[in-house]
Amino acid sequence: MRLPLTPSQTVGPFFRIGLSTTIGSHVAGEGMPGALRISGQVFDGAGEPVPDAMIETWQSEGAGRCATDEEGHYAIVTTKPERGAAADAPHLDVSVFARGLLTRLVTRLYFPDETEANDGDPVLRSLSPAERTTLVAVREAGGLKFDIHLQGERETVFFDR
Amino acid sequence: MSESTRSANPPNDFPEYGSSRLRAPRQPLRVLSGRLSELAAPLLAGETIGPLDHDLTRQNDAEPLGERITISGRVLDEHGNPLAGALVEVWQANASGRYAHLSDQHLAPLDPNFSGAGRCLTDAGGAYRFITIKPGAYPWRNHPNAWRPAHVHFSVFSPLFEQRLITQMYFPGDPLFVQDPVLNSVPEWARERLVARWSLELTEPEWSLGYAWDIVVAGREATPLDEDESE
Repeated sequence: MRLPLTPSQTVGPFFRIGLSTTIGSHVAGEGMPGALRISGQVFDGAGEPVPDAMIETWQSEGAGRCATDEEGHYAIVTTKPERGAAADAPHLDVSVFARGLLTRLVTRLYFPDETEANDGDPVLRSLSPAERTTLVAVREAGGLKFDIHLQGERETVFFDR
Repeated sequence: MSESTRSANPPNDFPEYGSSRLRAPRQPLRVLSGRLSELAAPLLAGETIGPLDHDLTRQNDAEPLGERITISGRVLDEHGNPLAGALVEVWQANASGRYAHLSDQHLAPLDPNFSGAGRCLTDAGGAYRFITIKPGAYPWRNHPNAWRPAHVHFSVFSPLFEQRLITQMYFPGDPLFVQDPVLNSVPEWARERLVARWSLELTEPEWSLGYAWDIVVAGREATPLDEDESE
């Protein structure tokens, strides 16, 4: 017999007072070998930045957490995870929480320098080229850029979990 | 077939909740065939949590105003296994219904003795406990004369990605439930799971009222061996 699961609710607009820096934006120390800065913006369906979202990245090495600023920007410093045992290319599992989202959104961040592994990744292979683009970070000065579009023409692919 | 996480969760596309209209994805969620992450290391060492972090009534110079309460329960997975060492974080409005947050413009007084945030790690049996004051209801602009019922925000963080949960706990018998789209976004048959139970056992004589509330998160899928053992 299974216990009844507790339903999700929105994180609301005031989560900054409660979600402390106990889990912060640095999975790896800045300047450590392999440290990689991942930053981006979160946009709504009108193309406006979302100033009250929280992004979390997960990998076996640790979890990172960052709230977006007034312009919807977030940044997390981590490392590229090892390739797993399955056929999946290296990736980060990403959760998006925000006012207006009644449950978290789950997506994946893939790495642009893993062309071959990405081509063989079963999740990416199941997507159209345009959809696939939403999950692969792009290089920029100082690290990688990974924007998240909650809605609209460039809507990020989100997953059931 | 047992209930899936999705079925008890609210849909993101829920227009009665105005903030969802430009933020809920329009495309259907894709099925994720691959595996999800699990943190290899224990989440946090106990020393990162202060001894008074679970007691929201003792974080400032004096006691906050309001009705002193204890909220306590266990964090379990759906198979009934307790989650030990999970990080539970809470945040809430003060007794007047105002958050200690710059963006909260509700014209109710701030309480200099109430920050409204707490955290703890669950013990070996999955138990957590917070001491706080009962939050007030507050107005918001979702629809004309809209009021949020009193609630406490809860975040549960364990090493398993599937178990990540952010939710809200409500108080029994609140007349405001009927007009709250956030609570009512949850399927009707699952709403009561977000409502704590008043508990005589947790109520301390001549001191504070007690509320019991267990949190159940996803479990690991049973392996064939586990299935055999359960028979």
